[in-house]
Parts: sequence; C-alpha cells; structure tokens
Amino acid sequence: MELMYSICVGFLTTAGVFLLLRAQTFPVVLGITLLSYAVNLFLFASGRLTVNGASIVGASEVYADPLPQALVLTAIVIGFAMTAFVLILAMRARADLGSDQVDGRSSTLRKHGNKARKERQV
Amino acid sequence: MTALWILLLPALGMVVPLLTAKWGRNGCTLMTALAPLAALLVLLQATPSVFQAIPIVSTFEWVPILGLSVSFHLDGLGYLFGLLILGIGLLVILYARYYLSDRDNMGRFYAYLIFFMSAMLGVVLSNNVVQLWFFWELTSISSFLLISFWSHKSDARKGARMALTVTGAGGLALLAALLLMADVTGTYEVRELLQQGDVLRASDYYTVIVVLFLLGAFTKSAQFPFHFWLPHAMAAPTPVSAYLHSATMVKAGVFLMARFYPALSGTELWFVIVSLTGMITMLVGAYLALFKHDLKGLLAYSTISHLGLITLLLGLNTQLAAIAAVFHIINHAVFKASLFMAAGIIDHESGTRDMRKLNGLFKYMPYTATLAMVAAASMAGVPLMNGFLSKEMMFAETLTQETLGALSWWIPVLATLAGALGVAYSLRFMHDVFFNGEPIDLPRTPHEPPRFMRVPVEFLVVLCVFVGIIPQFMVGDLLAAASLAVLQHELPYYSLSLWHGFNLPLLMSVVAVIGGAVLYWHRRHLFHFYGQFADRDAKQIFEGAVQALQTAMVAVNHWLDNASLQRFMFLLVLLALILAASPLLHLHETVGTQPQLALNWVVGLAAMLLIVATLLTVWWSHRRLLALIALSVVGLIVSISFAYFSAPDLALTQLSVEVATIILFLLALFFLPQSSPVIDSPFKIIVRDLGVAALFGSVIGTLCYVMLTRPLTSISAFFLENSVPGGGGTNVVNVILVDFRGFDTLGEITVLGIAALGIYKLLARIPLYMPTTDSKGHRWSQDRHPVLLALVSQSLLPLALLVSAYIFLRGHNLPGGGFIAGLITAVALVQQYVAHGVDWMKGRIVFNYQAIIAAGLLIATMTGVGSMAFGREFLTTWFDYVSWPIVGKFEIASALIFDLGVYLTVVGATLLILANLGKLTTTERLRAGEG
Repeated sequence: MELMYSICVGFLTTAGVFLLLRAQTFPVVLGITLLSYAVNLFLFASGRLTVNGASIVGASEVYADPLPQALVLTAIVIGFAMTAFVLILAMRARADLGSDQVDGRSSTLRKHGNKARKERQV
Repeated sequence: MTALWILLLPALGMVVPLLTAKWGRNGCTLMTALAPLAALLVLLQATPSVFQAIPIVSTFEWVPILGLSVSFHLDGLGYLFGLLILGIGLLVILYARYYLSDRDNMGRFYAYLIFFMSAMLGVVLSNNVVQLWFFWELTSISSFLLISFWSHKSDARKGARMALTVTGAGGLALLAALLLMADVTGTYEVRELLQQGDVLRASDYYTVIVVLFLLGAFTKSAQFPFHFWLPHAMAAPTPVSAYLHSATMVKAGVFLMARFYPALSGTELWFVIVSLTGMITMLVGAYLALFKHDLKGLLAYSTISHLGLITLLLGLNTQLAAIAAVFHIINHAVFKASLFMAAGIIDHESGTRDMRKLNGLFKYMPYTATLAMVAAASMAGVPLMNGFLSKEMMFAETLTQETLGALSWWIPVLATLAGALGVAYSLRFMHDVFFNGEPIDLPRTPHEPPRFMRVPVEFLVVLCVFVGIIPQFMVGDLLAAASLAVLQHELPYYSLSLWHGFNLPLLMSVVAVIGGAVLYWHRRHLFHFYGQFADRDAKQIFEGAVQALQTAMVAVNHWLDNASLQRFMFLLVLLALILAASPLLHLHETVGTQPQLALNWVVGLAAMLLIVATLLTVWWSHRRLLALIALSVVGLIVSISFAYFSAPDLALTQLSVEVATIILFLLALFFLPQSSPVIDSPFKIIVRDLGVAALFGSVIGTLCYVMLTRPLTSISAFFLENSVPGGGGTNVVNVILVDFRGFDTLGEITVLGIAALGIYKLLARIPLYMPTTDSKGHRWSQDRHPVLLALVSQSLLPLALLVSAYIFLRGHNLPGGGFIAGLITAVALVQQYVAHGVDWMKGRIVFNYQAIIAAGLLIATMTGVGSMAFGREFLTTWFDYVSWPIVGKFEIASALIFDLGVYLTVVGATLLILANLGKLTTTERLRAGEG
C-alpha cells in the first residue's frame, strides 16, 4: 500500500512539475493544482497511513495522526485561494499584455493581441 | 547617565537647525550650537572622574536573551575624542556661519553636521560592539550627506559615493570582525572584550579577526591602498573637511585601533601589518601632497600622511609609541582643523584654491597669513609647536624598532624622509600662497575675512602654540587618561616637554627640516620628475570599476531572470532537486522497519485511475475542457484516498474545494483564448522538462516511501490525550484547528481573506475580451438559465444550508467544522449563481462579501482577545456543557465562536472570488464597462 501511495505522489509530482515548465499560463495553473495535490498527499503521509482510525476520540482503537491532517486541511483551503489567485493573475496578465505566454519571448501572438486591443479602444 | 546625555543632547539637537533656519543665519547658528555646548559642559563636568580613571557606564537592557544591551561608557579615550568632536564641532559651527553663502540651505547643513556629530559621539562612547558598529555606519552615511551637500556638483556626488562605498564596505568587514570577537570571547561589551586580549590572541580566528578589523579601520582612516577616497571627499564644503577630514571621521579608524589596542595588538601579525601600512601611507601621502596644486588637495594628502604616522605609531611594539599616537591624534586634529579653516578663508576671500594662482597673499591678509603659517609650522614639526613634540616622540620610537630585523634601521630613515617631505609641503603651503610674487588673475581681490570667521582659527592656533611650549600643563592629564584607556594598565614613564637635550630624535628633526627646505628649494626638478608619470584619476578608475561591476551584475541578473517563468522554474526545480536528493544519497536502505499495509484491488484500481487521469490532464493540457475533466477525476480520487486513510475531515474539505475549483476553472476558461495557437516547445525542451520532472517526481516519491516505511515519532499523543479534557471536543483535527493551534488558523484565514481581496482587485476594471461564440463558432445558447436547473437548485438550497449548519455544529466532535461548512455554504450559493445568474442573485444577496470576510476575521480575533479579558493568554478557549430541551446535552465552547469566524471568512472569500469572476461573464459587466 505504501509503495502504491508513494508512486502516486511521485507521479502527481512529475506531472505537476512538467506542466509547471510549460510556456502558457493554463498548463502552469494545471501544474500548480496537480503539484498541490501531491504536496498535500505528501504532507498527509508524514502521519503514516492508517485505515479505519479516524482521530475522533472514542471512535476507534488506533488513531491516525491528527496533526498532519489539521495542517493539510488548512493547506487545501489556502491552496484553493492560491490557485484562484494565480488563475486570475493569468487572466489579468492576458487582458493587460495580450498574451498568455510565460516563456519571456515577445511573440507574434502578443503583437497581435496588442493590435486587437488598440482596435477595440478605437 | 553622563555618557548617555553626551550623545543624547546632540542627537536631540539635530532638529533644532531645521526648526530655526527661518530665524536668520545668526539665530540658527546660535540655536544649533546650544545642544553641542550643553553636551560639552556635561562632558567637562565628568572631567575629574575621567582623570581619576573612574569608569562611567550606563547600560540599558535591549535583548537580554542574546546578551545584548544598549551601553555607553566614558573613559579617557572616549573623553579625548568627545572633547575633539564637540570642541572642534562648535568651532566649525561658528566658522560655517560665515563660510556658507546665502544660497546654501543652512538648516540642512547644520542638521547633517549635528547628525554626524551624534554618530561620531556614538562611536566613541559605545560600550557594545554591535552598537559601536551601528554608529560607525551612521558616520559613513552622514559624511556621505555632508560631502554631497553641494549635490549639484558632479564632483561632490562622485566623491561622496566613493567615500560611502569604501568606508561602508570597510564597515561590513568591521562588523564581521566585531561579531567574531564577540563570538570568541562570549561578550559584546567593549570593556569586557578589552580584558580578553589573551583569549583573542590564542583563538584560531585571530588572523581573520585582525585582517577584517584592520580593513574596517584602514578604509575609514584612508590608509594605503584605500587612501584614494579622501582627496575626492574634498569636494565637500570646507567646514566639513575641517571637521570630518581632519579631526573626527578619519580619526575613527585610528580611534578603533587605539580602542581595541589592548585586545588585538601584541602579536607579530598586528605589528607587521599596522606599522608597514602606516609607514607606506605616511610616505605616499607626504610625497603626493607636495605636488597638489589645490590647497585642500595638499591638506588632504597631508592628512593621509599624518594618519599614516598615527597608524605607524600604533603598530610599533612599544607602549610609548601608543602614547605618542594618542598625543599626535590631539595635535593633528588641532593644527589640521585650523589649516583647513584657513584654506577655506583663502578660498572664500580670493575665489580660488589653486596654488598656481595664489601668490603673495600676505599683504592682502597678513593676519590670516600669520595664523595659517603658525599652523603650517606645526604641521611641519617645527619646535615650539605641538606638532613638533609628537613627531619627535615618533622619531624616538622608530629608533627602538626591531620589526624588520637587521633592516630595522630603515624605519627611522624612512620616518625622517617622510618628515622632510612634510616640511617641504608645509613650506609650499606657506611660501607659495603667502609670498612668491603676486597673485595671478584671482576671481576676487583678497582681503581679511569677517572678524568671527577667524575666531576658530585663532583659538586653534593659540592651542598649537601653548601645547607646543607647555605641553604638560596643557594636555598632560588628558594624555595620561587617554593613554591609560588605550594601554589598559599603568603607564610607563614618559616626559612631555619641549627640550630633551641633544639627542638622536632632535638630530632627525633637524635633518628633516633642512632636508625639507632643500627639497622645496629644488622643487622644480621634483615637479618635473612627478610630471613624467601619467596622472591617474582615482575617481575615473573607481567609477569605471563600479560600472564594470554593475554591468557584470546586470549580465548575471539577465542570465538568471530573462523574464521567462519557464527558465526560472527550471532553475528552481533543479535547486530543489539537489537539496531534496542529496540526503537520500546518504541513506542506506529505502525500505524502513515500519510494518506496511496490505494492498487490495480497490486501492490498486483507484491508484490506476489516478495515474491515468493525471496522464490525461497532461496530455490534454491544451484542450482545456478535457483537461479540467481529467483534473477533477484526480481531485476526486485524492479526496477518496483521504477518506480511506482515516481523514474524513480532509476528504470533506477536498471534495468541496474540488467543486469550487472546477467552477472557478470553468469560469476562467470562458475568457482564455479559445483558439490560441498552441506554442509547442521544441522537442528537446520537452524531453529535458520531462527528464527533470521525472527525476524530481521520483525523488519525491522515494522520499515519501522512505518516510512512510519508518516508525513515527509524533507529538500528536499530546493532542489525542488533551483533546477532550483540554479542548472539550472529540474530533481531534478540529480541536487542533480551533484550539491548540488556533493562532495558526487565525493566520491562515487572514491569508485567505487577503487572497480573496487581491483577486477582487485584480478583477476590477479588467479589460477582458469576451468571446461571442464558442471555439467552433456557435453562438452561446440563449437559454442561459434552464428552468429545471433553477428549480432543483433553488429547492436544494435550504437543504444545503441545513447540512452546512449541521456540519458546522458537530465539527467539534465529529468530522466537520468551520472550513468544511463554509465551503458547503459557498458551493450551495454558487450553485444559485449558476442556476439563476448574477442579476437574480443581486436582488437577494444584500450583503457584500468583503464585509463577510471582515466580520469573520473580526469574530475570530475577538474570540482570541476575549480570553484576554479573563486574564488568559490570547485564544485560550473555554467550554461547558448545557442541556437543551429536545437536543439534550450540548456543549458550548468559545472555540465554536472562533469556528464561526473561520466559517464566515471561508464563505466570504470563496464567494468573493467566484461571484466576482462570474459577474464578468454577464451583461452586468458590460453595463458597468459602458458606464
């Protein structure tokens, strides 16, 4: 079970990092989301895996470690806020710069976008 | 308190000139002088105790846990420097009143001057090394402001920048040295450090400490090869030069060496570095001074030479040499300040400082000329002047040296040569300026300066003569007290008097005077010789070096950050990879001893699904809708796995966040370019990224496996034990969130609120292009809000709210709580937005979401503050059980109120994000945009 879990975490990380290195914003945001799944699972794993042991006093004999769970719970919510922020930042960047590229090159797309924007303003 | 007041009075007086500048020049000068005068009186009142070597210390605790305190002390050395700083400072204030023109901003000048004075006093009075360093850097900053006072001049700006760079960089070296010293001896107190000389000398770090320390001292005191900044600092107004570059700032370096003399000197290393540097500086300075045509340039190089002399004395292996060094500090300050002021008068009254034009001024200003010549004679070391006495002491000490072994006779010979050069440039100052024919087209006809502009010069010159004739009476006690502070033990016998009989030092003086006269007489040949070498401008070299550095740094920066997120991320991932992988390399076994759970086919299937969905997310990353669907599958499996591995709270949270995330993505998809060309990276880049990502993923996966298979030592037993008795709840995760680690949660919901507000701001007036058709060119459906969806979701709303209330209330004991309930409420409301549209919701949701976030944060914080009202720590919770009819025994806890704050913040933040983004897709936005 532990091996399977670790493979999944490693796989999510790989996919997240790969998407993080793409040249456009949307894959990057997808990558961040995948990476945050991986991070949350990894953090959660620091309490080891327990089956049928929810840390509710009196509910079971062995309790799962509640501390990583508490940490991960807030991490999930903050992760949502962060994903939302990055996504909206990407939208804003596209609206203001006319491009969704993050590879540092000034592309034909950007020029095109600028022109389109100018036309709209006229 | 004495030591503190001496610093505090001028520090408070810093604002006086700014406030009184409008009172006119006399009023401003008078008021400005009050604070230093008061400080001087305080200092003088402490004279008896200082001369009896009674330590005056005032200490205030600062960071006691680190052994740091704010501490001031006044001993003989500090007293001497305090006297120079305040005494000469007052004279300079008077002098500057006449020197500055109407166009200069007098209030600002005086404010800078007093700022510098306070910083300098801080250096000499500090008893804590960190504090000493702080004031040390303040002197660099304030001198920067003073040198660049005439900021419209390029020379002033460049000179100031050079001085700041050199002395500031030296200051950093000094900080390192002081911290190392404190580390070795275990104390930050200067007074205690001085007693620990043996510990320091025996330490392994001794060499490093001495080198760094001397870097700080040498840069400040313009010692070779760092001497180049001082001549360029002459772009400052002359009062500044008279103050900073004769008596105080440049003396800070020698002060530092004298201050830590007992702690650091006494080794071969110290003597060799310090004496050789001093000797070279003395010679180079004296040699170059001879060829400067600028009056202040001559004085600047002369100052370098004399600072070299003092350094040399501090590097000679005798106690008498240290006493001579202290004596020369006094003498040099007195005659050089007066010479600078005289040079300023000449500049002021004749309009130039160029000695090729300035000739025969004696007949125009006989009185000033006499004063200047007396001071110059002191600089040359002519008998009856104070400069003679300390110079002769220096000559006497050079005779006893053995540092250079059999070649030690070089030291007195070179010292005599430097003395002769000193006589030569002093003669040039006297003869060239005041005699030697007629002035050559001066901008103004020179005349005597205003009466009171001369007073400071007169005062100092009189001191020169009196100290020169009756030294014991004038400065005997002062010198003894200061020397005692430098040596830290009983003084050896020395005699302060004009006449010591016919001896070798006297002969050296005579040789120096005659040799200097001969040198000056044949100066034509010397100038010819000097003229053969190209004149290298230190300023250009320095500016060039700075620019080269800047260019190099810009190149490095461009290499590192070329505006490409990809490249930046790549470097970051590589770095993380190295950091994460290196510990794994040292681990012998991958599998640990922890017993593992058996794999069953359900889990295996879920894992397969996760991997396939992840792969599809990557594969479809350009077909956005499909990628989103795959992503939501990943999220679902993650939440199911939380549920499987005994984390129901996490599963609930992940599930509701998943809904919110996907809605968010869908909304964003609407605005992202429908038909943007896919910018496919080159194949080799894809391979490279895949390789790095796979490496990174495998490292993280291994790390995860290594961790999972090793036994757990956790602090969670405490939480499990105390959850019910201490927090009153059986759901330990929730109790941790709202009770044990409530402060963390408060921070986290604050971040959530900030992120939501940031998004709100980002969305404001966003110039988005709204597509009118979908990617295939179909117009959007007219039937935006299907009736069926509207009806179902509307009837579901009360149920959803009820569920969230239930989840919220039971959270303390069973899976649930503020976070989850908040997300459920938010999702329920977002569903209404989806089903009915923004316009429909607008009339029904009357409160704005910012207010909800604010209310949530306020409630959570006030719960914390509330516990303080009962005399408890911030966020201490209280709980009790009450019996309600029907419901039965029910717990009420203050943590529940805190959780309400969490709930409201989550609801507010989620809806603020989603509703605002959603609003953009409707006609609502269009109307706002048109309006």
